[in-house]
Amino acid sequence: MINSSLKTLAQMLANKEISSVELTQTYLNRIDALNPTINAYIALDQDKTLAQAKAADVRIAAGNATPLTGIPIAQKDIFCAQGWKTTCGSKMLENFIAPYDAHVITQFDNAGAVNLGKTNMDEFAMGSSNETSYFGGVKNPWDFSRVPGGSSGGSAAAVAARLCAAATGTDTGGSIRQPASLCGFTGLKPTYGVVSRYGMIAFASSLDQAGPMAKSAEDCALMMNVMAGFDERDSTSLNRDKEDYTRDLNKPLQGLKIGLPKEFFAEGLDTGVGKVIEDAIAEYKKLGAEIVDISLPNTGLSIPVYYVLAPAEASSNLSRYDGVRYGHRTAEYTDLMDMYCKSRAEGFGAEVKRRILIGTYVLSAGYYDAYYLKAQQIRRLIAQDFEEAFKKCDVIMGPAAPSTAFKAGEKVDDPVAMYLQDIYTISTNLAGLPGMSVPAGFSTSADGKALPVGLQIIGNYFDEARMLNVAHQYQQVTDWHAQAPNLDKPEGTA
Amino acid sequence: MALSTEDIKKIAHLARVEVSDSDAAATLSKLTGILGLIEQMQAVNTDGIVPMSHSQDVVQRLRDDVVTKTNQREAFQKISPELGNGSKEHAVDSGLYLVPKVIE
Amino acid sequence: MEWEVVIGLETHTQLKTNTKIFSGASTTYGAEPNTQACEVSIALPGVLPVLNKEAVNCAIKFGLAVHAEIAPRSVFARKNYFYPDLPKGYQISQYELPVVGKGAVTIQVPAVGKNAAYEKVINITRAHLEEDAGKSVHGAVEGMSGIDLNRAGTPLLEIVTEPDMRSAAEAVAYAKKLHELVQWIGICDGNMQEGSFRCDVNVSVRPKGTEKLGTRREIKNLNSFKFMQQAIEYETRWQIETLEDGGTIQQATVLFNPDTGETRAMRSKEEANDYRYFPDPDLLPLEITEADKARVQAEMPELPEAMKARFENQFGLTSYDAASLTANRALADYFVAVVSAGAEAKPAANWVMGAISAKLNAEEKTLAASPVAAESLAALIKRITDNTISNNAAKQVFEAMWNGEGEVDAIIEAKGLKQVSDTGAIEAIIDEVLAANAAMVEEFKAGKEKAFNALVGQAMKASKGKANPAQVNEVLKNKLGA
Repeated sequence: MINSSLKTLAQMLANKEISSVELTQTYLNRIDALNPTINAYIALDQDKTLAQAKAADVRIAAGNATPLTGIPIAQKDIFCAQGWKTTCGSKMLENFIAPYDAHVITQFDNAGAVNLGKTNMDEFAMGSSNETSYFGGVKNPWDFSRVPGGSSGGSAAAVAARLCAAATGTDTGGSIRQPASLCGFTGLKPTYGVVSRYGMIAFASSLDQAGPMAKSAEDCALMMNVMAGFDERDSTSLNRDKEDYTRDLNKPLQGLKIGLPKEFFAEGLDTGVGKVIEDAIAEYKKLGAEIVDISLPNTGLSIPVYYVLAPAEASSNLSRYDGVRYGHRTAEYTDLMDMYCKSRAEGFGAEVKRRILIGTYVLSAGYYDAYYLKAQQIRRLIAQDFEEAFKKCDVIMGPAAPSTAFKAGEKVDDPVAMYLQDIYTISTNLAGLPGMSVPAGFSTSADGKALPVGLQIIGNYFDEARMLNVAHQYQQVTDWHAQAPNLDKPEGTA
Repeated sequence: MALSTEDIKKIAHLARVEVSDSDAAATLSKLTGILGLIEQMQAVNTDGIVPMSHSQDVVQRLRDDVVTKTNQREAFQKISPELGNGSKEHAVDSGLYLVPKVIE
Repeated sequence: MEWEVVIGLETHTQLKTNTKIFSGASTTYGAEPNTQACEVSIALPGVLPVLNKEAVNCAIKFGLAVHAEIAPRSVFARKNYFYPDLPKGYQISQYELPVVGKGAVTIQVPAVGKNAAYEKVINITRAHLEEDAGKSVHGAVEGMSGIDLNRAGTPLLEIVTEPDMRSAAEAVAYAKKLHELVQWIGICDGNMQEGSFRCDVNVSVRPKGTEKLGTRREIKNLNSFKFMQQAIEYETRWQIETLEDGGTIQQATVLFNPDTGETRAMRSKEEANDYRYFPDPDLLPLEITEADKARVQAEMPELPEAMKARFENQFGLTSYDAASLTANRALADYFVAVVSAGAEAKPAANWVMGAISAKLNAEEKTLAASPVAAESLAALIKRITDNTISNNAAKQVFEAMWNGEGEVDAIIEAKGLKQVSDTGAIEAIIDEVLAANAAMVEEFKAGKEKAFNALVGQAMKASKGKANPAQVNEVLKNKLGA
């Protein structure tokens, strides 16, 4: 059952083969058993969760079910959920019980989905390994000595370890796709503006976008049907007609033009990962797709541009955490300045502070033009690269991450090496384009572990339904997405 | 751009983050690496390129001037921090948030 | 050396909207602390701003009123600094691309001493939309400040002038003119006690005849014209004395202390402000189309200058009277209402600027609280022009109306103030007066013109003031063969 698709689970619920309470309890039991090791969830509230499951059963019995009614979903701890501790992975918000719901949470509530709990994440979504979380790292379910990726590491591990039916994530520079790649499941970052950011704790406002993390493209499509939609409370939410993201799943791929950017296969890409991606492309050829060589010449600049823009926005977004109205206030202080400086020094972890300092620096007097303005100009060049590319192809493919999951602790002391994890994902955030990661096989590590590899699919603006179609067709002829780590054996022998 | 620990402390002060001297030194080496990465941008000629703030070319939507919010002071002040300096009380009094005396 | 003071103003006008600039929280003044501080006002994690349409309309109105360029595209920026009354740690404002660009207002600087009154054009540099901060309350708890965020997020239009003013009188005349204008076009309630209209004044001095601007000091948050006058005068004297004593002026922010009448530099921060402005990624560019401007233009009241010109052309009023009547919207509206109710314009102007204004001033009332409605005043004026009552009698009637004794005709009746215009009756009175004052008649006939006036006075007295003075004159002339 834990491996069943959302569609199957919905059918089982509709046919009364199982109740939402039973389904939810199955996951809660599994969380009880595995979460102490994996640390995917950082807030659980069985009473609240089961109350939602009971309400879902009533709704199903009354015949008002939606496709996600009664389905247990893990929520990244970046979404404010009323009455839930919402920490964003930070000591700063260790005791913050959200007094309101994020738009995404409301959408799931309205659909009758069950909130299983809040998942671990890099602090304020700043990280690519989940190691910056105040609440400890998360184990990659494929190999507990490795990281799940980040920042949505808890949601990633929860999906991979089948600790939820599906999960939500957010992606500012790759935080859905890189962990999806490292943990072997399907994740989608929609076009910027498709999912409301209201109630989603801001990291870098112009780049942050929420999306689904699930076992298949089809599941992602069903999740998107709930998550996407106009919200007047977010000025950047796009007012578009409601879409059914499942509508194109079954279209054949004959004649699909796949662009392969040469920059995504250059130096820096792990050879094992490269091989898996090549095999995946070969599979697409069999499905009737055509391959087009393209170039995204400014790809290399996406990291420097990102590490100006994201910290700049973050330094300002995180100024509200001052210990005055909520969040951490230092225990002892002499005056206002002392209270500010200590509360923030204690409440934020090292990586968050680093980014606040970088952001403060690049915006400070005399540097704005050289850094912020310059980065915004190159951002346009990067977006123009994609615009040119999409004149030649329908989707762009490549790796989602340069390597498979790395060992915990391996990159913590080298921020620049950590930042390079997002080399293939960041440019889509800068352009505002949708991107996804789809399981495409395994690569064996030096220590003999078979680790998942994700194929990245980048679409043009608002092409999510087509990307899901492209992924779904691949998942009809491969079973990489259906593979799950065997967690019933003792750790280390999986 | 070479930074000094003095610069780090100045930036940290602007950002209201306390850093000790030893922290400043450690932070300096990491920030220098990151700024080195950022410096790659300077090689690009961006003359005449319009900066990009948003990915979609859309304009600000306007909200009708109608009151939609109700008083939620009680709920919001339940999550106020502890006062500190020995007091475990919430940092609120008579509906006001309490902070160390503000001097102009 | 002769010195010249150079003054520029930055005025924060609170816009008259129901809700805050970026949230649906109420802006009503005087509520219990933090009861109007919604999740956006207190900057909970995850909240986002959405711009209030009415705040934009107010900005457009102001732009139209000062004949300014209204930006087809303007941008909101974040001004970053930490302060407890600024919950996000940044203020959403406009920086590089403000909504209103260059414009101008014409001010009337009143006569002072031997200097005659004059007009002057003050150039507006820009006006931009931004959000107000909350308030710090002191003294509630020992050693602590209390933060009330009800005001946080109230829409402000910050109006910035060029350094065009050369005296405290000009600065005050500008501030008063602006104060009237923003109320006139209905974008601000103008309540200075409640902080709806606050001025920061930049003052510098330079040797007269030189071009280079001196170092300026900014007097913050003046919320009365009297204080503004005093503060500028003090600051100017202080700067001149400092320079004449060989000192230099340091750029600074100063506060005016009304108790001592002095300005004093604020406790200097250990660092210069570095606001790290950048475009707010949570908001999109604000677009204002020609159609938007046309729509707002259609809602605009007639502006004071246009109304003044109309009063001169249409009613034949003097420039001075027209200017006085259009000094504020309520006065102008009242005058128009009096004329619309059928009164002749010139006497209407005289009554509005005279008796009405005097009464209101004496009793510290506003026109809204005037016991004499425009229609009633018009009825009174009509009774003068149709010769029912004399000007003197009208004053008594007005007094009675002000005291709530009833409407015009009823008062005239009750007080028996109706003018005698019946020629027969007047002839009878004059015959009696001539008979009783033979000596005066003789004097008149001997060439003493004054005696004629004395006879008129006697006749008026005999009629108990009710005789029509023009008729008395005429009949008397006839009788005396003059």
